[in-house]
Amino acid sequence: MKIPLRNSALRSKRWLFGLALPLLALSIPVFAELGGDVTTVQNDQARMKGTLKVTEAQAYTIHEITSPEGSIVKEFVSPEGKVFAVSWKAHFTPDLQQLLGTYFTQFSQAVQGEERTGPGRRPLNIQEPGLVVQTAGHMRSYSGRAYVPEMIPQGVRAEVIQ
Amino acid sequence: MKIRGIRSFFVIALLAAAVFTVGCGGNGGTPVGVTSGAGSGGGGTAANVQSISVNGGLTPSLNEAPYADAAFTTVTICEPGTANCQKIPNVLVDTGSYGLRLLASQITLSLSSLTSGSGTLMNCVSFVDLSYLWGPVALVDVKLGTQEVASSTPIQLISSDTNVPTSCSSGNTTGDEDTQATLGANGILGVGPEPDDCGPACDPNFVTTPPTGDPYYVCTSSTSSASCSATLVSQMNQVTNPVIYFADNDGVIIELPATTSEAEARLTGSLVFGINTQSNNQLTASNLFSLDQFDNFTVNFSTCTSSLNVFGVCDASYIDSGSNGYFFPDSNIPNCADNTAFFCPTSLTALSALNEDPNTMFTNTVSFSIDNADNLFASDNGTDAVFSTLGGTNSADSFDWGLPFFFGRNVVTAIDGQTVPNVGTGPFWAY
Repeated sequence: MKIPLRNSALRSKRWLFGLALPLLALSIPVFAELGGDVTTVQNDQARMKGTLKVTEAQAYTIHEITSPEGSIVKEFVSPEGKVFAVSWKAHFTPDLQQLLGTYFTQFSQAVQGEERTGPGRRPLNIQEPGLVVQTAGHMRSYSGRAYVPEMIPQGVRAEVIQ
Repeated sequence: MKIRGIRSFFVIALLAAAVFTVGCGGNGGTPVGVTSGAGSGGGGTAANVQSISVNGGLTPSLNEAPYADAAFTTVTICEPGTANCQKIPNVLVDTGSYGLRLLASQITLSLSSLTSGSGTLMNCVSFVDLSYLWGPVALVDVKLGTQEVASSTPIQLISSDTNVPTSCSSGNTTGDEDTQATLGANGILGVGPEPDDCGPACDPNFVTTPPTGDPYYVCTSSTSSASCSATLVSQMNQVTNPVIYFADNDGVIIELPATTSEAEARLTGSLVFGINTQSNNQLTASNLFSLDQFDNFTVNFSTCTSSLNVFGVCDASYIDSGSNGYFFPDSNIPNCADNTAFFCPTSLTALSALNEDPNTMFTNTVSFSIDNADNLFASDNGTDAVFSTLGGTNSADSFDWGLPFFFGRNVVTAIDGQTVPNVGTGPFWAY
């Protein structure tokens, strides 16, 4: 069976301008772990072959890694050099097992233990002792964040983790 | 990469198992010509109108609670170019995703999957609740309304195969929803504002490596994840929003009546195809919002914080029939003790938010109310499925107008890149 060729002009080219053509091939993305050291961020950037942008805020540093197709992972680093929060904005949710590291088991148990009446599709909002994880978005545009409240530098609002 | 369709023995084997299931009294799809029993309705009366129903879906038949605030419909699929067709009831109508995805266990047709060399094209998509769907991409003719036909359209067959790669399943902790019990439906009809589930981010004409999340793989074995490798797929072979191949192809309008109480058993309406293409789909909405590059718009609401840390602004907001409630950040409203994912205010709480077009800055105020979800779900002995005041928490920058927003409104979703006569090019929402 032969698939008839379709008029690809039907399809949108709107994304084209938002996509920087990659100069380097992307290997399997591996992210810094929540709670890990800042040194892992540099390893991640090398492994992702993404672009790394470092932004200094008043009481923390944001390490922002952008993969070739435009997915963004941010790692929020405390003055002590620890990743106290991560956030993402991507076509599809990045691997949270890698992103949450040692916190993934706690997160996973909280999701599976969430009581609910009947099935449904909704954002996740996990508020655990020592761990907050929230997901949002829809197909081709997922976002979310995870943080360890006790590790947030003093005077920083959790809302800035985006 | 060239992907071409040949008959897939893998899919046939899978479907043989499905026949066995149906023969043993499972909830099989209804063959065309056989009257469907209870459940969502069939096509509407006009050529471009499909009836939909917010009725709890199939979960009560599995002795589970009704699927709250979800619209279901019956989709007809056919082996391409033939009259061998099957009606699949209880398919979720979802403007938050793109493309048709059906449980392979419910399909009795013989379908061909897309292949590359000796490998089968497999699709892995995750959802916001960190569930995922895995299965081959197959071609079917999709028929909705009485006359809308999308010929040889790539859909996902949600399979139970054991070759799921780690990079598909890892982190998606809610798990593989490959059964009626876990999916809560026989499938998902994604009719949102994009033509396909990945777009240029997966298309070798635009990128050289698959995007984060790896939505597509080629697998040479249905039992070995090691036989799978992530792949790029041109847009025309991605799982496709069938509406773009209909005669009325620029978008959809979901029409649901207003509710008369906070908890009801059933609400019936229409999924209308096309915008300004027929006399019955003229754009009369006075509120029209173009979307940003992520298919979001802006909602101004006091407890939001934007991605640029602007208080009062949710800049990653959207309208989504597939979300079963209003979801927004509001730490002033307590979460429920029983249904912890939902809000449980002590009394009915009236709120309002301001929707804003990210490009034109046009605004419109929307009033809505939130009530105690534990009480709502318990009303009428837990048999209700329509809740106009159901809500829950969302991330700081995201306001999700889920299905309750559609009650009493005709909500228009125009597809990216499609021309809407006398209006312009999608994507946009209007109501």
